[in-house]
Order: sequence, then structure tokens, then C-alpha cells
Amino acid sequence: MDQFTLNLIVIGASFALYFGIAFWARAGSTSEFYAAGQGVSPVMNGMATAADWMSAASFISMAGLIAFGGYNNSVFLMGWTGGYVLLALLLAPYLRKFGKFTVPEFVGDRFYSTSARMVAVVCLLVISITYVIGQMVGVGVTFARFLEVSTTTGLLIGSAVVFAYAVFGGMKGITYTQVAQYVVLITAYTIPAIFISLNLTGAFLPQVGLVSGYAPSGNDVYFLDKLDQVVTDLGFTAYTADTTNMLNMFLVTMSLMIGTAGLPHVIIRFFTVPKVSDARVSAGWALVFIALLYTVAPAVGSMARLNITTTFWPGAIDGDTFSKPALSIAEIDSNPELIWIRNWEKTGLLAFTDKNGDGLIQYFNEPKAVTDANKKVADAQKALTEAAADADKAPLEAAVAEATTARDAALEAAMLGGQSLAAQGIVGNELTTVNNDIMVLANPEIAKLPGWVIALVAAGGLAAALSTAAGLLLAISSAISHDLIKGALNPNISEKGELLAARISMAFAIVLATWLGLDPPGFAAQVVALAFGLAAATIFPVLMMGIFSTRVTKEGAIAGMIVGLISTAVYIFLYLGWFFIPDTNMLPNTPDAHFLGISPAAFGPIGAVLNFVVAYVVSGMTKAPPQDVQDLIQSIRVPKGAGAAQAH
Amino acid sequence: MADKTSSNAYWAANIRVITISMIIWFACSFGLGILLRPALSGIHIGGADIGFWFAQNGSIYVFLVLIFAYAAKMNKLDKEHGVEE
Repeated sequence: MDQFTLNLIVIGASFALYFGIAFWARAGSTSEFYAAGQGVSPVMNGMATAADWMSAASFISMAGLIAFGGYNNSVFLMGWTGGYVLLALLLAPYLRKFGKFTVPEFVGDRFYSTSARMVAVVCLLVISITYVIGQMVGVGVTFARFLEVSTTTGLLIGSAVVFAYAVFGGMKGITYTQVAQYVVLITAYTIPAIFISLNLTGAFLPQVGLVSGYAPSGNDVYFLDKLDQVVTDLGFTAYTADTTNMLNMFLVTMSLMIGTAGLPHVIIRFFTVPKVSDARVSAGWALVFIALLYTVAPAVGSMARLNITTTFWPGAIDGDTFSKPALSIAEIDSNPELIWIRNWEKTGLLAFTDKNGDGLIQYFNEPKAVTDANKKVADAQKALTEAAADADKAPLEAAVAEATTARDAALEAAMLGGQSLAAQGIVGNELTTVNNDIMVLANPEIAKLPGWVIALVAAGGLAAALSTAAGLLLAISSAISHDLIKGALNPNISEKGELLAARISMAFAIVLATWLGLDPPGFAAQVVALAFGLAAATIFPVLMMGIFSTRVTKEGAIAGMIVGLISTAVYIFLYLGWFFIPDTNMLPNTPDAHFLGISPAAFGPIGAVLNFVVAYVVSGMTKAPPQDVQDLIQSIRVPKGAGAAQAH
Repeated sequence: MADKTSSNAYWAANIRVITISMIIWFACSFGLGILLRPALSGIHIGGADIGFWFAQNGSIYVFLVLIFAYAAKMNKLDKEHGVEE
């Protein structure tokens, strides 16, 4: 059976399972649609939350980011797990006791103001819509690669699938489908990791393999030391090297942590459990299931990095990196175990060119001086070939000669394996593109694992993207139907009418996300930074103050949210362009230009501090919240009485 | 609803537990994983120095223990103060 048929069977079977579950658990009431009737056990809820939370970014991109970023990109590991401690301790139990369905509803009741609720709706919609576009793009890419269709077709198939089960199932259908999706994605992630860890370190658990000895050289060198040695031989920064900007690393981690705790689609998961004590422990179960993937990710990333490097430098496996020549093109085309290189080349996520024509692909960290010198030669040659026939070519030819001399000097000065590049006849790095995303998707192929593992990874990537998209769509539709329509525009709407409005707004959200995903503005990484930064600077602080302060007033909360929203958005837009429109940025997005070295992705905590300060100052100048709000605050602080969740 | 004095004592106890947990949360991730890594680079766990290990694996284990310990402690406090569900 060929790989394509295998992919079809495994992906088809997983989809049949999701549809079956969605049909079996379809929602009949608004309570079931928004909060699964508040009857989901903490373990099941934890598993569904984990699937909801772990998006295409966690499943497909994170290990690759760690593979190429090393220690610096530990920010994702700590940031995307540490937020659950904040959720369990600071938000989940109190919001469950509050006993209603949406985040803006809490903001509106606690701050006794429809305006506060509407500001929260705006924050929620901006956060969730930016996030859902990224998921739809992930679905399109995965379908395109594994079903061999165009990205557009892949995206349309994905939208249809999400539409079918999210619109009809509501929270109840989504929750039970996500449990199944979790099982698929975690199996797909850990099986290749275990195989690879056994190969490289002899350890069954990848977490242990990461700190064990390197097996091919008899375990007498640690795996991480081996990896550091191989990548530094090729001129890259050591994998375990310390960060060069501790302040920025600190702030990015903090932004991801409090952003996680402020993401509306994660928070609403804690409305679905039966009791307050279940909300606390449910956050723990969610983190157990997330940790199964997140503690494996560093092993997947580092081992994939070593595997791909030793593929291109076969000598690195058992001794000196340069004891054998680099991988030859003839080998790539004749060795069936290396067929993945050509397959991934077709997607554009991997690219190589034999610049010096020696039939070998030399992969190394090209020094910037060489890159610049090569570019100058190319520019000079381009000017010469494009010159008009009757133009004076002499100065142009002189420019080419001058650039070539400078380039030769740069190659003479640059070293690789103890010799200059010039002496080895190398003109530059020949593995020109290695996209982060292929580290997980191509991992089973690089490690030469069987075809069914490859198909399983495809199904896992789709499960991760689809489950997150469904959770986000639910958060969007409940904000529109419950907060905007029932809360402000038409408070007398019937339950049936509200359920219909929820389904219609979800359908609209899917169409919008698909449309934006068809023509992605090319800023997936930036919008994720925006989503986390905004969640950190708006939703998290307002919920914290709502629970832990009796003094913060509606004026304080509204002013705080607006300051958090605007300051964070403006700081991001300054470096990435207004509304992400290319070339509208006022400052270059480079570490030197960043204020105190703080990158746009790190601004969230600063926005949050501004939010807190403004809210407290304004509250100090305005009239204290009324008695019924004081009673509400006292009531959410104790678990007693949560069983009688308010009916709607 | 529980009487006022009991729920105030309960809330104070809750804040105390949260504060201690937050200190541990900060110490393992931001402390050992980032700020103290250069100072502690001599201490190793297998092939990794302690800062690297806490940044990539260790702090996640600590987070897990923290949440379950908090949930257990709060269940006990709920009963002591008569505010359990």
C-alpha cells in the first residue's frame, strides 16, 4: 500500500470518529451549547482542554522552534504551561463559582456595566479571530501535504469538517470530540519520539533520553554535548548556549504565561465542570495532558536537529563532523531512505542548491560577511546583464571584478572545520531553507519510521488544528450571541432564538476565518504575539481585579482595559506595521531598535502593569462598587453554593 | 452562605496558600530556568545543566505538583471553614 492511501485511511478513520461523537453528543439547550450542561468530569475536561489548547503551533511548530532556537526558545515550554498555574490558583475556581457562561458576562456583572462587558467582547473577538486564522492556515498546509491537494482545497475541506461538528455539537459535542482528538494527537506525537530516543540514546522515555548519553558512540558522551559539538562545528550557536538578552526572555515567558491564563477559549473550559473543587483539579489534569506533549517536545526538537544535521554530514554520526564528505545529490536521488528530502523540497519548506557544482550539499552557518559579499557579486552581475546593449560596460565589469575580489577575500577569511572556505572550494551554505514546521511532520521520515507512523502524524496535526479552531469558534459565537445579542441588543430573546443566533454567528465566524485563511496576510507568527500580548494586557488583569479587589470600579476596569489594549497594540504595530500592513512600521523590528531590547512579543506584561496601575488610580477617584457587587465578590470567593449554578 | 468571620479567615488562608505557591512558581521557572542559570551552571542533571533542565522540563513538573497540591490543600481548607460544596 502506498503512503498516500495509508494517509487517506488513517485521516478518514479519525474524521469518522469525530463525526460519530459529535452526532452522539449534539447540544439541545443553550447550557449544553455553551458549557456542556456543566456535567463534564475533571479528567475528561482536562483532556478536552489540552486538545483545545494545543494548536497547530504546539503540535507542528514548537519542536522546530526549539530545534533551531535551543535554550532561548524554552520560553514556549515554560510560558505555555506556567499559565495553567495562574488559571488554577487565580481564576478558574472563582469563575466557575460565578456560574455563568462567558468571560464578558463576568466582566459585565462584576463591574456592573454593559459598557465594560462590551469592551471585554471587543478584546475577546480581536484575540480569538487572530488566533483562529492561524489554525485554519495550519489545517490547509497539513491537508495539502498529506492528501496531495492544493492549500486552498485543504482549507475548504477543513472548514467543512469544523463547520459540521462545531455548529451542531456546541460545547458538548466539541468537548467529547476533543477527547478523541487528544488521544490521536498525543499518540502521533509520542510514538516517533520514543523510536528516535531509543535510536539515539537507548532511553525509552524521550524526557530521559534528552539528558542521557549518545548511543552511537557508546553512551560515553552526553547527547546534548554531542549536539552542541556538531552544531558549533558547523558555525551555529551551541544548542544549550545561554540567552543574550535575559530581560527579553523573562518578559516573553511572562507574556505567554499570563496570556495563556487570559485566553477566553481556555477560560470557558472551566465553566463546564460540575463543582468549584473540580475546576481547580481540572486545570491540573489539563496540564498533565499538556505536559505529556510539552516535556517530549525538547527531545523531539533536539533529536530532530541532530538527525537532520548528521544526514547532511554523515561523518558527524560517529566521529568528526568533517571525517566524511557532505551528503551528495546522487545519494539523495538513489537512497530510498532519503526520498523525504525530495518530497519536502516540493512543498518549498526545504530547499538546497549546489552552488559550487561539486555534487555535494554543504550545510553550515554561513557567516554574514560571506552572505553580503555573495549578494554584492550577484547584484553587480545583474547590473551588467541588464545594462542596455549600447551602454558603457567597462565600469560595470570593473564593479563585478571588484565585488568578486572582495568575495574571494571573505571566503578566504571564513573557516569551516579548521580550513578556510576558499581552500575547500565552498562558496556558501547549500541547504538554503529548512522550515521549522518540517521538524515534526518530517521527523518520522527522517528517522526512517514505518508508513503508518507518518500517516498518524498527519492525523495528529489535523486533530490539533481542528480542535483548537472549534474551541475558538465557540468562544467567538458565545460572545456574539450571549454577550452582544442577549446581553445588550435583545435581552428578551428566547432560549431557542439564542441557540439559533449562536449557530449562525459560529457559521459566520467559520466563513470569515476561512476567507482570511485563504489569503493569509503572511503574519501568522506576529498575530500569535498579538493574541497573547492582548490577552495578557486586557482579559487577565480585569479578571484578577474582579476577583481579588473589592475596590476596583467600573470606570477603573474600563479605563484599565482600554489602556492595556491600546498600549500593547501600538507597541506591536510600531515594529510590525499598522494593522500588520507591510512597510507601515515606524521602527525597524531588530533587537537594536527595540526599546530596552524588549521585542513586540514581550510587551504583554508591561501592558498588564499599565492596566493595573490605571485601573487602581481611576478606581481611587470614583465611587466604590455598590453593595450587591460586594455581595457577588464575597459569594464567588467561597465554593459553597456552586451546585445551584444559575439557570438561564 | 458561611458566616462573615469564617469566610474572612478562609479567604486570608486562601491568599496565604496562593502566595506561597506563586513564590514556588516563580522560583522554578523565572528563577532557576532564567535568572539563576549562569550562576548555577556547574550543577548538572545528566547531560544538562540545572538551569537548562528547569527551563525545558523541570519547571513543568513543578507546575503539575503545585496545582494538585493547591487543589488538595484547598479541599481541606474548604472543609475546615465549612464552605465546601
